[in-house]
Amino acid sequence: MEQGKGNKGIFLSIDWVTILLYVILIVWGWFSVCGACYDFNNPDLFAWETNSGKQIVWGGTSLVLAAVLMLIEKRFYDTAAYVIYGALMLLLAVTIVIAPDTKGSRSWLPIGPVKLQPAEFAKFAVALALGKLMDRYGFSIKKPKDIGTAIGLILLPMVLIICQKETGSALVYFAFFLMLYREGMTGSLLFSGFACVVYFVVGMKFADEPIANMPVSIGEFTVLLLAMLFSIGMVWVYCHNWKAVKIMAVACFGATLLAMLFSIYVIPFDVCYVMLGMCILLTGYIFGLALYTRIYKYALIGAFALLSTSFFYITDFMFDHLGDHQRVRIEVLLGMKDDPRGAGYNVNQAKIAIGSGGLTGKGFLNGTQTKLKYVPEQHTDFIFCTVGEEEGFVGSAGVLIVYLFFIWRLIALAERQPDTMGRVYGYCVLSVFLFHLFINVGMVLGLTPVIGIPLPFFSYGGSSLWGFTLLLFIFLRMDAERNLKKNYPP
Amino acid sequence: MKNHLYEYRKFVLGGIALVIVVSYIVRLAFLQLSDGEYKTRADNNAFFNNVIFPARGVIYDRNGELLVYNQPAYDIMVVMREIQNLDTLDFCHTLGITQAMFDQRMETIKDKNKNPGYSTYTQQLFMGQIPAEEFSIFQEKLFRFHGFYVRERTIRRYATDNCAHILGDVAEVSQKEVDNDDYYDPGDYIGKQGVERSYEPELRGIKGVEVLLRDARGRIQGHYRNGALDRKPIPGKNLTLSIDAKLQALGERLMEGKMGAIVAIEPKTGEILCMVSAPSYDPHRMEGKQRGAQMMEMQHDPMKPMLNRAISGTYPPGSTFKTSQGLTFLQEGIITSSTAYPCSRGFRFGGMKVGCHGHGAPLPLIPAIATSCNGYFCWGLYHMLSNRTKYPTIQEAMTTWKNYMVSMGFGYKLGVDLPGEARGMIPNSDYYDRRLGKWNALGVISIAIGQGEVTLTPLQIANLGATIANRGYYVTPHIVKDVEGGKLADSLLVKHKTKVDKQYYEMVVEGMRKAVLGGTCRSANTSMYEVCGKTGTAQNRGKDHSAFMGFAPKDNPKIAIAVYVENGGFGAHYGVPIGALMMEQYINGELSPGSEAKAAAFQSRHISYGTYER
Repeated sequence: MEQGKGNKGIFLSIDWVTILLYVILIVWGWFSVCGACYDFNNPDLFAWETNSGKQIVWGGTSLVLAAVLMLIEKRFYDTAAYVIYGALMLLLAVTIVIAPDTKGSRSWLPIGPVKLQPAEFAKFAVALALGKLMDRYGFSIKKPKDIGTAIGLILLPMVLIICQKETGSALVYFAFFLMLYREGMTGSLLFSGFACVVYFVVGMKFADEPIANMPVSIGEFTVLLLAMLFSIGMVWVYCHNWKAVKIMAVACFGATLLAMLFSIYVIPFDVCYVMLGMCILLTGYIFGLALYTRIYKYALIGAFALLSTSFFYITDFMFDHLGDHQRVRIEVLLGMKDDPRGAGYNVNQAKIAIGSGGLTGKGFLNGTQTKLKYVPEQHTDFIFCTVGEEEGFVGSAGVLIVYLFFIWRLIALAERQPDTMGRVYGYCVLSVFLFHLFINVGMVLGLTPVIGIPLPFFSYGGSSLWGFTLLLFIFLRMDAERNLKKNYPP
Repeated sequence: MKNHLYEYRKFVLGGIALVIVVSYIVRLAFLQLSDGEYKTRADNNAFFNNVIFPARGVIYDRNGELLVYNQPAYDIMVVMREIQNLDTLDFCHTLGITQAMFDQRMETIKDKNKNPGYSTYTQQLFMGQIPAEEFSIFQEKLFRFHGFYVRERTIRRYATDNCAHILGDVAEVSQKEVDNDDYYDPGDYIGKQGVERSYEPELRGIKGVEVLLRDARGRIQGHYRNGALDRKPIPGKNLTLSIDAKLQALGERLMEGKMGAIVAIEPKTGEILCMVSAPSYDPHRMEGKQRGAQMMEMQHDPMKPMLNRAISGTYPPGSTFKTSQGLTFLQEGIITSSTAYPCSRGFRFGGMKVGCHGHGAPLPLIPAIATSCNGYFCWGLYHMLSNRTKYPTIQEAMTTWKNYMVSMGFGYKLGVDLPGEARGMIPNSDYYDRRLGKWNALGVISIAIGQGEVTLTPLQIANLGATIANRGYYVTPHIVKDVEGGKLADSLLVKHKTKVDKQYYEMVVEGMRKAVLGGTCRSANTSMYEVCGKTGTAQNRGKDHSAFMGFAPKDNPKIAIAVYVENGGFGAHYGVPIGALMMEQYINGELSPGSEAKAAAFQSRHISYGTYER
């Protein structure tokens, strides 16, 4: 009965809310690119030589691509998921060899007049392969072999992209762990990742700032305190050993408190020595529990405690004792962009540009900081500066809110999928968008490390726009077919 | 297959998105809605205010003769990243510098500590203030030196060898001047002395500005808002001085080898016709790059050539002061035209003795001025200060006297439009109360003959001459006659009346005329016009100072003059003849051959001064 509706039914089932948000973001993004690329000597925004003119072409072709994608049935992806994955991994591998060296990166393939970056297209292939894998009968995220395969599918493109010297793009694949979390992966892994980020950001940012009147580094103090808190919390949440939790909490926080009082009222000294000692005792105690109770969870928590405790010292050592040259290599390896003008120049200029926007901004094409190239890569990775400078708080908060609704809408869409493949693919899509938003805007605001990844639909560039369109519209077509499920052969 | 077990996790993921967006919005609020710090930093980043310097006003003498002008000079600029294939040897040879100087200069430019605005993309100053004649050789070869550019500036040049003290000079602003006045930026030029300083606001004009947009590499990208905020510079106003350049030149000639001052004033207008301070210096020494070294040298000269003695030097006026005393006594009714006082080779009373030279006695006012009788004026002051019927106390008598002196322009600055004017000294009763405790007329009697505590600047002495020439008033003496496209300050055009009536002035004029006809100023007499004069011989710790104050012609005077020659002896030795030559030059426009010979003789008559610190 529903077969009779055919494509017409699918047309009615398309989620026009998402498409509306998509169009809003693309048009808004085009205005931002105009602001970022405006050339005083060539005020024609539509000229082909200008980036704003080219971006219109990328936007138009994206719409064509979107329309074409709406015609490709889900069955095709279901069948060809692994083939597509294989083909793109091959393309990534080939790119390493044949791509010309562009500023040290070997990720751009020149095809006729345009250059494409296969790394931007590989995401949808990974998402499809993951969907297909996890939709398989009997797949369980609890089975080490199954989760191992899934993680392998994610790691392969990461390795290939790192080989292209595009570490930033590779890090995006971590976003798929958000999907794995939704599908039942233990939350402790996600939490450990979160803890790593917090340790890194807090530890690095405040390493050299003392707490008022005390010879104690805020960074070190906070990281050690969090290490205690997280480790004890994990014992509580995962092992429900109330007695052990009580002992550990009283010992650790009691010792820290005493040390602080001693430091304030008697002799000032570095409280962190005491805290470090307590963390080592804590780790030993948890490992002891593991040996005593033979519960493997304790061992994992112990490992977490050990890594947490040493994390600050390892990173601190790397940054303090390795010398500038090696430090830069590590920063590049971590995907942090090198800083040609001295520490923090890019982020500082980005903050100046955004801060100077005020409440309502300087107006379209009136921004000075982005146009005069004070902000590096302002039309690609730092596009959000232009929004901040020209449209002010109202505009930039507006962009973030539209993004929030966009992601929430995708969550709703993913949840209404009738099968695992649709849901997994949907979560992959929204996770990628969320990760890009988190890193890109955070980097511009000086909150996350400077990792060169674009802001979807805003950053200038054909590859990224096409890549995101591809990712999104495959999902929208799947979503449109959600009511036609019955028509598939079982 | 629906996975309901973990469906709650959609809220965790939605919550993560919410937390990220909300914390970013909070961060945005901090950056964008706080103070304007980022806005200021953005403007400093992007806007480059290119200052366009106006031409400084030029200066003429009262007859339209050019005294000070601007000459183009050139700064040689370099853009480091555009230098290619530079023939350093040829370059250095053309500019007359050594290879070592070139290397050192390049190092300094590149040193971010010494040159904070350094960028390889923008013009940096390589060498400044190259005069046109040296520059022309460089310009011919400029096309060969890639990366080198030229920026036009001006340097102040002097068309005269005289008037150094009056004209003053310009130099780079000091940090203090930058702090005190928003108009100036480091590197700007400002008048430091003389008219250049007192008329700085008129001469400098108003700087223009182009608001340019500058990119991150310091390159200019165009005018902001198509130049809507740009301002054209407004050129400085030209000045016409009241100085007669020829008279000034003669004055400086006559004062060669002497210390002292000559000031001449046009009585009716208060315009200063010449202002000589000796020793002087060649104003050309203040031009361009050499100024600093020259200043240093002159500041260490014990003769203090930089000091403008005409307004900054204070001297005992000696007998020239007697005219003011006669006027005061007449007005106060202490004497009449027929009152005669004795003089037996001086003033002798109660153990007090003020010497005098031989002349007939007793004598009334007019011959007393003509012969410059000390006794007469000491008696006059004695009778005034001791007159308890008119003044209940000596303090009141002294205050009355002081008020007369002040009304004649003594004791306070006259307000001439030059920096550095001194006020001189007119004692009042408070002063004596403090210094002497209990005092009487005899103790202060020497002020009646312009000695003791009384000091005047040569300008004040000349102004006394102008007051007498005007029979009772003076106009604030001033050195600028006209500001092109502007006007003089009202304070310079005020007519100040003294407390003495015109009829009494006529008597003093008569006395000064007699002094020229048959008294102390005989050598100033000429048949061409009626000269009035008064000599002064001022005692001091060395040889007497020689002074002269006079005006001519007697009726409808054109010039009042004061001559003061330090350690020149009797007034008649230097003061009178120099004053006579100056008046002749001004009234006739030239010197007769006889006078010219006399002038040449005076020019070569040098006084030997010790090298002690003055």
